[in-house]
This record gives sequence, structure tokens and C-alpha cells, in this order.
Amino acid sequence: MKIQKIKNGIVIDHIPCGMALKVLKILNIEGDIGSTVSLVMHVKSRMGWKDVVKIEDRYLEEKEIDKIALIAPTATVNVIKDYRVVKKHKVHIPEEIRGIVRCMNPRCITNQREPVTPEFRVVSKDPVIIKCKYCEREMSGEEIIENIL
Amino acid sequence: MFKGRDIVSIKELSKEDMEIVFEVAREMIPIARGERKSDLLEGKILATLFFEPSTRTRLSFEAAMHRLGGSVIGFSNPSATSISKGETLADTVRVMDSYSDVIVIRHPYEGSARLAAEFAENPVINGGDGAGQHPTQTLLDLFTIHQEFGGIEGLKVALIGDLKYGRTVHSLAYALSYLGAKIYLISPELLRMPNHIIRELKNKPVETDNIEDVIEEMDVFYVTRIQKERFPDPTEYKKVAGSYRIAEELLQKAKRDAIVMHPLPRVNEIDVDVDNTKHARYFQQAFNGVPVRMALLALVLGVV
Repeated sequence: MKIQKIKNGIVIDHIPCGMALKVLKILNIEGDIGSTVSLVMHVKSRMGWKDVVKIEDRYLEEKEIDKIALIAPTATVNVIKDYRVVKKHKVHIPEEIRGIVRCMNPRCITNQREPVTPEFRVVSKDPVIIKCKYCEREMSGEEIIENIL
Repeated sequence: MFKGRDIVSIKELSKEDMEIVFEVAREMIPIARGERKSDLLEGKILATLFFEPSTRTRLSFEAAMHRLGGSVIGFSNPSATSISKGETLADTVRVMDSYSDVIVIRHPYEGSARLAAEFAENPVINGGDGAGQHPTQTLLDLFTIHQEFGGIEGLKVALIGDLKYGRTVHSLAYALSYLGAKIYLISPELLRMPNHIIRELKNKPVETDNIEDVIEEMDVFYVTRIQKERFPDPTEYKKVAGSYRIAEELLQKAKRDAIVMHPLPRVNEIDVDVDNTKHARYFQQAFNGVPVRMALLALVLGVV
């Protein structure tokens, strides 16, 4: 690993290749967040290629982390304290998704100039398929990634 | 059970809910025909928000409200309202909600009825949202079949024509399958029912491009219009449209009590010769829009 260990914070490991930036986007980590964020893309691991994200001095709520599952269902999140992993968990896809993804249907009312937040129900977790609460359009894979807000 | 409820998607109605709608609709028939008077909805106001043209849906809702002694306000030409000034649907709905007891909405964007239901305190009935849902049409279609055969389960229903773009057939297919009918999809290759709709059906439907294959077995022929605009080549359209035409001669091979339905308007998918046969039910079906909508209004307003 070419990036040094972090003292306190989280390590999001086993992110599918090329998804690290999207993961940060989902977690609303951009610009000056007051701590160090390291991002490694295309790292070789025992299970093939992966991306890794390390965020120092920052802990995320489990619910927040679970959003990652939408684009990185294989990800694991390690909580680090004093250079040691104190907690390790796999991401879980929530039952409902609100305000993270935009509906891909250009004729959906949520894509018009209306005061609503896009909402989806998760109809399948493997593969991830979500359904718009408004127009009932189903989205999966790339369609979800392309429409992350 | 129905009081205050929104009717946005057919998928939100259980079999029991549908049975209740049919039962109330049956009782409404004499009132819908004008044979009996009713003041069931006296003092109640229906707001019709039609952002898109529609004759049958809007007028049958209006007729339904009037037949039950209620009144109607609304518009069918949004260019003459504040919407043309850029008002959001959410705001229009909130205002109209404060003027009325129940709202019917028809809007070109999908999901608009769901949005309206969120912003309105009173019940909202979806009168068609873009390519999305049109639950009252589905209910009147089901009611027509139910009236004819006394139930839906086990019936063989052929859905014919444009199964790709027609929203009516999508929700009808779902509801028929949910109620246990056996579905046959008959359409040209280009206008096949989309996979995401077929995936939601309880049993895999039989697909064919030839009506003759199934003509003898069917209880119901549900015919839809094949639109010329769907075909890049006009000669192809002519060829295809001709082969999905229901004529009297073809129906001679059908079961004696088989019925022919159509959401109307028809162009030439059903020969006028069929109108006078014992099979024709499309005008009855159009009329059924009134008692079914009367039933829904009475139910969501909590008077029955």
C-alpha cells in the first residue's frame, strides 16, 4: 500500500474499480472537509482490482455508509482508532433511498420544476434494482451510477 | 376502508378493494343511466385538473359527479390558467384542493398524480399520468369483464394491438394477471409488450403475432389502436394494422359468449360490422366508466 495508515477515521475497502470518486460524492465529501481524505484507485488485491478510500478523523453513521452499497455492494468499512481496526462491517442496502439518486425517466414529475425529492424503493438487492416512488420506473447498475445526485 | 384514500395506481388496490368498487358500481348503474335520482354527493365539489386533453375520462367523471348530485369545477386547457405563468403542479394542487373535496388529475408527466396526492389533503384520483397509470380505466375494463362473466379468475383474455406504448394495456395486464386470468399477447414484433411489464405478471403470458392462433379459445378480446406514428415505414403500418383488424367474419370462429372490448377511440381496428354482433361490448365498456367513477367518488368521499 502506498498510502500511510491513518490514526483515526474510516477505511472503505473493496470498492469496485473506478467507483471511489462516486463513493465520496455519495458521502458528500468534497472540498474542505477539515480532514485528510486519501483515495487509491486501481489497487491489486487478492480478489482482483479495487479502489480504497481513507478518511481521517471522520466517522460516518451506519445509514450514511449504507448508501455506498448502491454503487459498491462489495465494499467493507473499517473503523480505525489508534491505528487499529476497531469495527469492520459490510455495507447494507437500505429499503428506501431518498435524495441520493435522480430518476432516469426524463418524463418523471421529479425531473420537472417541482418541490420534491426523488425517492426510490429497493426492489432487489442483488443485483441492485430501485424503483421510482413517483413514476415507477426501475433502475439498475449503470443507470443508478449515472444518476447519482 | 376507502374514505380519504388516493387512487393513484391499480397496484395499490387489493382484490377485496376491487370487489367493493364493482359492487358499488353495480348499484350505481340505474343512477348512471338516469333512471333513478341521487343526492349522495350533494354539496360536494370535484375539481378536475386536466393538463392534457381527454374527452371520455373528464366527461365521465363530470357525469358521475352530476349524477350523484355533486358539482364540478376545473379546467381542461391549462394555457388559460396560472400554470401558463409558470406555477408548479404542487402549488396548483394545493390551491385547487382548498376549493374542493376531491381531485381528479390528468397530466402529461409520469408520477404527477402521486405528487398531487402528496400535496393535497383531500383524495386524489389519477385520471392518467403520461405513459404511467390510468387506474380508473383499468377498473372500468375489469368491471365490464366482471359484469359479463361474474368474475375474472380463469378467463382467457387476449390483449391485441399496440402492447408496447399503450398504458391501458399495461395496467390491465397487471390487474388481470393479479386476479387470475390467463393472458394472451397478440401484437406485431415491433409493438410487443415490454419485458418490465411482463416480469410483473403472475404467470408467463402466451405471445403470438397471429389472432387466428387463439381465436377459438378466448373469452375476451381487448383490442387497442395501432398508431401510424409508431412505424417508420407507412407501407409496413398498413400491412400490420390490417392483420390486427377484428371483423365479423373472424369472430364467427370465436366462442359464442366471447366479448370484444376497446378503450376507444377506435379508428379501424374493429370493423363497424362488429358493432351489431353479440360480441361487441366497447360502448357498454365506455358507459361503465360512469358507474365505476361514481363508485370511486362515493367511496373516497366516504358516503358509501
